[in-house]
Parts: sequence; C-alpha cells; structure tokens
Amino acid sequence: MTQSNVTKILIPSGALGLGYDRDALARGVAEGPDLIAIDGGSTDSGPHYLGTGTSKYSRGSTKAEWRELMLARAQAGVPLVIGTAGTCGADDAVDWLVEITREIATEEGMSLSVAVLKSGQPVDLMTKALTDGRIKPLAPDIGINAETLQSCTNVVALAGAEQIQAALATGADIVIAGRTTDTATIAALPLARGCHAGAAWHGAKIGECGALATTSPNTGTIMIHFDDAGFTVEPMGEAARATPYTVSAHMLYENSNPYQLYEPGGHLDVRGAEYDAIDDLSVRVTGSTWVPSDTYTVKLEGARSGGYQTVSLVLVREPRYVDNIQAWVDDIAEKCTAKAKTRLNEAFTLELRLIGANATLGDLDQNARHGSEIGVLGIVTAPSEAASREVAKILNPYLLHHPLSEQEEMPTFAFPFSPAEMSRGEIYEFCLNHVLELDDPMDAFHLEVLEIGV
Amino acid sequence: MTKLSDIAFKIRSKNAGPFWLTIDIFCESPQRFHEACALAETAKVARALGAEESELKRYEIADLNVLKFSIPRPQIQGTRFDRDMHGASFATLLADLKTTEGA
Repeated sequence: MTQSNVTKILIPSGALGLGYDRDALARGVAEGPDLIAIDGGSTDSGPHYLGTGTSKYSRGSTKAEWRELMLARAQAGVPLVIGTAGTCGADDAVDWLVEITREIATEEGMSLSVAVLKSGQPVDLMTKALTDGRIKPLAPDIGINAETLQSCTNVVALAGAEQIQAALATGADIVIAGRTTDTATIAALPLARGCHAGAAWHGAKIGECGALATTSPNTGTIMIHFDDAGFTVEPMGEAARATPYTVSAHMLYENSNPYQLYEPGGHLDVRGAEYDAIDDLSVRVTGSTWVPSDTYTVKLEGARSGGYQTVSLVLVREPRYVDNIQAWVDDIAEKCTAKAKTRLNEAFTLELRLIGANATLGDLDQNARHGSEIGVLGIVTAPSEAASREVAKILNPYLLHHPLSEQEEMPTFAFPFSPAEMSRGEIYEFCLNHVLELDDPMDAFHLEVLEIGV
Repeated sequence: MTKLSDIAFKIRSKNAGPFWLTIDIFCESPQRFHEACALAETAKVARALGAEESELKRYEIADLNVLKFSIPRPQIQGTRFDRDMHGASFATLLADLKTTEGA
C-alpha cells in the first residue's frame, strides 16, 4: 500500500549526552529525514537538576555531541529540535545550551536561525493560577498551597506538540526547547502535516528513547516514518532490528499505564494497536487512537529546597560489630539525636544507612566476601548548612569509638576521609504533581528567535 | 518452592516519573505468563512492595506475556529518605516472591 503524506523523523539517541553509533546517524542522515529530534533530559535523574537549573551531563560531552548533530542538520538541511534542554528544561539550562550552540556556530562558521522556547513559570503567576482554580492535582495528590509554589526555585510546564509547532513555524534551523514532554519534539511535525494523530503520538513514544525499542538499544539511532494511517519503525544501527515485540514492549517503559499516555490536549490510547513486521528489520503500527481532552492542560514540575545535607562514612569490619550492626546504629542514632537536640535549636533528621561490600582493607583482605563488612553512611539534613555540619560533627565521636556494650575496651572504626564530614550542599525535592489549564497553548511559554553565528 | 525469578526471564523496575514506580515481569511463553500471574497474587505483591493493595495497579498483558505492576513511589524520587533514585532495585523484591506453601 502506498502512503501519502509521509514524514520521517530521525532520532539520534535517547538523550543528548548518552552517545550513539556514528554510522547509524550517518545512515539516517543519508535517508533524508524531514526533521532530527532529540531529547535533552527528564526528571529521571532526580530533583537536583530542576532545583538548580543545571545539566546532568558534562558540558564537554554535550558540546561534542551537539556539534555532531548541528553538522548532521546542516548536511540534511532540515530542522534540528531538542526538547528538555540541559536535563531539566529550566530557563537557565536552556540559556546554557544556547550559549554552547553559539560557540559551535562560531567555531564551525555557521549562520543559523535558532528558535528558543522557554517553559519556565514565574511563581507569582503560578500562585495566582492556583487561586483561580487552574492548577489541578494528579494522582497521587501530594497537596500544595501558595507557599509550596513560592518556595520553588524552578517551576516548568511541559510543552506539547502545539508549542513545538509554533517554534518550527518560525522557519528556524534549530529549536532549543525548555521542558517538553518526551514525545512532543517527535510528534509535532507529523501532526502539523496532518499525519494520523494516534500514530503520531504512539510513534513518538516508541522513538523517544532512540533505539531502545529495538534489539540493539546501544546503537541509539532510529527513524520513525509517519503517514495518514500509521507509523513504521526503522532502526539505523547495522545490527539493530525492530520486532513487533520490541516495539510493543516499549509502551511499558517508564509508563505506569501501558495502554495510555497523557499529553497536552488529550491522551493516546494503544489498546487497538496492531504491530506487523514488514520485513526482518522494520515494524509497522496501526490502530492507535488520539483522544482530545475538553480543556487544554500542561503538566507542571517544580523543585524546592529540601534543606542542607552533610554525610559521613565509616566502615565496620570487626565481626562482632558486623553481626550486631543494627543494634549498634540504633544506639548511636538514639544517643546522638538526643545530644544534638540539647545543643541545637534547628530541626534536623539523622539517618544511619547500612552499606556493604569490601571497601575497608582493599587488596589486603584475602578473606573478603560480601557481608564481611558494612559501611555506615550517616546522613544529616537540616534547614541550614551550619546546622547539618554541626550535627554531623556531633555524630563523629560515636562513629569513631562507640562500643556495643559498656564493659569493653573502646573500639575504633575505619574512616576513609578527613575531614570525616562531607557537605552535599543544598538538596532539592520535587513538590508538584499537577496540571495547569491554559486558554491558549502558548500562554505559559515564551518563544524567541535568535540569529547566531557568523 | 518456586520463585518468580524461576518463571520470568526478566524482571525490571523503573521510575514512571518522580511519583510512580513501575515493575515489568517478562515471560517467554503463555504458560510461563499464566504461572507468573498465578504466583504474583496482587495482595502478595502489595505486601512485598510495602504498598496499599488498593493503590497497586495490575496489568496482565497477554500479547506480550508481560505482567506489570505500578505503585505510587514509597518515597518521592530524590527526597532525603529515597535510597534508589531510578527505582532500580525494587524488581528484586518481586524476583524473590515464592509460591504459597502447599499450593
């Protein structure tokens, strides 16, 4: 069957910074994609990145891979789109990638139009939206109020296809987007061209992690062909194959419901999807549906300070202590907490976490076996850096010399570091699991076009 | 006594966003899949994960021979008491599920 309206999206890798097979990318470029899309992050690495507006991946790795993708884009002559730039998609992380893009453009002698889509939300506007009843909880409802929103260092809204389409409509060579859904950068162009909506979102979900939906996940690169009736998955790695099993099983990945996927403006339902091998390499999928919602909502993510943390690690190798380790740490936690409370006015939490392998004696330990030693990680969290360090210092004498029983010689335990306390600085926590209602999809987003390079 | 890891060929766990955890149990045949579904009784799984049974979502995906469970994360991802940022180790709790004695 000949399909009209075919739109080919090339996905180099599951995320910028993860790496991919260069030959697979070259093969994809040679096939003439309509757009190159890559994901720049997610919440999966934890709240630190959104809390601080920084990237998980190194600047060097990011720049090296982004340069290759910018060169691939120039060769293919099509737009290059990145979603959730800089791991978290906060405005500062977007600026970080824009800066890297400027450097590369200058170094490579490129002249480029770059659409920058920002997803950051001013907390005052979010507080008003909460008052106006435009912010609704998702399950599990973690309960928020105006104070929660005011305490966030960053709040982002997840852009969908509409906002990416607006960025593409500027005619930009490159789109650098803040927080987007994992699928939006892939689904946007097929949807704009009138491809089947269920297929556009379903294919985008299958492609979002690159070649993860194939037999060779590490090759990274995959092409998704979208058309009027369905989509086709074509791996770019030489040894990679897509099978009905690898493709359909990807709907399970990082998804609490394997049949539905909620996106801005509606949800995808794959219960009617059929997966057919069209050769020994590619899989065609039809029958998934897109169900528009009554109101247009975007998901929110927010992170706020969880206090300051100081950790201390001690290694216990003496067999009698290893055998009784839980009693030992319980006694320390009780005594240390009581003592610290008499010397400090700030609230704090102290946790002693048991960690074990063979770190105490290294190669000297001829009898090392799992279970012969235990690491005790002391974790102190408090509202201020000073208080967390103070409690960790009160903990130190216990970790160094605390006896199991009163009637024994004072023991000493192994510390790998001096000073014994290590500051982890400010820690963050996710504090929003909500959606925001919008009258117009662009209401919560900011789009700007920059001319960069020579 | 049979363990779930004797029946399934792969059991993986992962975050589904910061607030949900999902565990996929892959079986190589319909027969193994039915054995896994029988062994992994909902109440038993909830107990192993320390979850409320009413909050546990169960999906039996016969087309793939996959049994899937999702629960609200025991600790929100990355908060001070979370020990497993990506939810990687919860799979082992279900791998160790055993057939009910005498069954």
